[in-house]
Amino acid sequence: MKNTALFSMRNLRLGVLSAGALVFLAPYIWMISTAAKSREEIFSSSLTLLPQHWALWENLAKALTRVPMGQLLWNGLVVCGLIFFFQVVIAIPCAYAMAKLKFRAARTMMTLVMLGLLIPIHATALPIYVALNKAGMLNSYFALSAPFFISVFGIFLFLQFFRAMPDDLISAARLDGMSELAIVNRVIVPNAWPAVTAFAIFSVVAHWNDLFWPLIVITGSERATPPLGLLFFRAAEAGDDYGALMAATLIITLPLVAAFLLAQRRFIEGITLTGLKG
Amino acid sequence: MHETAIPNLLPAARTTARQAAIRAAKREERVAWQLAAPAILLIIVLILLPTLAVFVFSLTNYELGYDDFQFIGLDNYIELFADRTFLISLKNTAVYTAIVTPFSVFIGLGVALLIESETRGRAFFRTVYFLPVASLLVAMATVFQYLLHPTIGPVNAMLSMLGIAGPNWLGSSSTVLISLAIIGIWQSVGFNMVLFLAGLTAIPRELYAAAEVDGAKGSWERFRLVTWPMLGPTTLFVATISVINAVKVFETVKTLTEGGPNKASEVLLWTIYQEGFVYLRVGYASAMTVIFLAFLIVLMLVQYRVLDRRVHYT
Repeated sequence: MKNTALFSMRNLRLGVLSAGALVFLAPYIWMISTAAKSREEIFSSSLTLLPQHWALWENLAKALTRVPMGQLLWNGLVVCGLIFFFQVVIAIPCAYAMAKLKFRAARTMMTLVMLGLLIPIHATALPIYVALNKAGMLNSYFALSAPFFISVFGIFLFLQFFRAMPDDLISAARLDGMSELAIVNRVIVPNAWPAVTAFAIFSVVAHWNDLFWPLIVITGSERATPPLGLLFFRAAEAGDDYGALMAATLIITLPLVAAFLLAQRRFIEGITLTGLKG
Repeated sequence: MHETAIPNLLPAARTTARQAAIRAAKREERVAWQLAAPAILLIIVLILLPTLAVFVFSLTNYELGYDDFQFIGLDNYIELFADRTFLISLKNTAVYTAIVTPFSVFIGLGVALLIESETRGRAFFRTVYFLPVASLLVAMATVFQYLLHPTIGPVNAMLSMLGIAGPNWLGSSSTVLISLAIIGIWQSVGFNMVLFLAGLTAIPRELYAAAEVDGAKGSWERFRLVTWPMLGPTTLFVATISVINAVKVFETVKTLTEGGPNKASEVLLWTIYQEGFVYLRVGYASAMTVIFLAFLIVLMLVQYRVLDRRVHYT
């Protein structure tokens, strides 16, 4: 009796999880299904998932020809790459100095970092926009990436990680005559790899998806990032050619989702680590 | 005065040794400054000065394109609290946050508990529920627009099969906030779930054994006596993060409704964006930003206190 009760309890759990999973997957399923349907079929509002007449290639072709899709993805890559590179190059030495060197300003720095964590880009956007506008630097990779070159969250994360590193490692390197910068490069960074990948995932996910800042500093499609490009495409298509629109969303969503599926353990660990620390 | 008893050579050696130590410390301090300098400079230029500038702008009638401006004291703030759009915006942001936070926290918790206790398909379910976090929100919002389309959308097609006339989800002022909230919940459950999963694995197994000895037999009893209290810090933390993210809602509003219909989805960041970057009323938008920042700071202070407690636990 108890056995069957336990059995049905387990199945109930699995049933709830599966039903929820279906709801969570539904947008992806419909995205793919609609991307493969022709315009007429979409407007006939049938609930069938498989199209009677495959139009996937037509829709993909529309999406690829009416938006400079390659350019968008490239812009996204450049911006995320620039941001991540500068964030890491600037945050790691600073975190190392605060964690491992005799640095009297470390406490003041900690206050600065905590203060910085309170202030999102939405709060600093107006003055930075005014400054970029005055300098005539809107519509550039620089405008897209420069405000994010400093990540106080990155400093905070690396600081926590470096503090846990043994001092012997660093003393040994010093005895070998390494300079502090060489220690950062050759001892700290290789040992901080989990923190660096976690931060990379956090940073790329945040900036690949960001719409607020690109919307402010970019006006043409030449420097548009993927989310912004998708908005332009919608505006140009008047938003009712759902087949082409879904094909475009499919192409634009795919890179990050593919990266996630390939490295999902790292992804989830990374988000957990950065989520709990942030 | 035992130093005099030691031969002359030693004090001298000691001073040189001390001097060397001081020199080394000074050198280390200098290197530390060099390593931290770029970060300090950028924190000042990109965070502190702009924040200060927002406060200063908020006291002026500065508009982009007009070079001269006057200090007008608190006039912007006075105007703000008589501004119907701003008040609607505050109310909508509060309503949106009040819907999204409890659902995304408790669904996140529920999914985490189910995944934790179910051995079959654990990795699969974790991936599925986390997928929205890794997806481009603007793109997925477009998909939701199709799903929720009043005439050709699958959601209303399914509802009509059940004999229910579906609403005009994103197009009617009575349902637009709920529709946006559904997207917000869908998007944030996975994030909360992984935080809860991390919190669950940190609970010592012995506590469950001890609870069982004390007579907690059912799974509800175990949850009430062990899981829920032990997850306390995680839950508070997840809740504050969820509130902060909900207050920052922007992407879906920009993509789907642009604040409409009839200001029914006007939210704080959207209003700031409109005033500051579309109408270019920098002074007025800065005053809104100051209010927005004040909200965030109050919320983050709660978060820091929670975070502090977490650190003491672990």
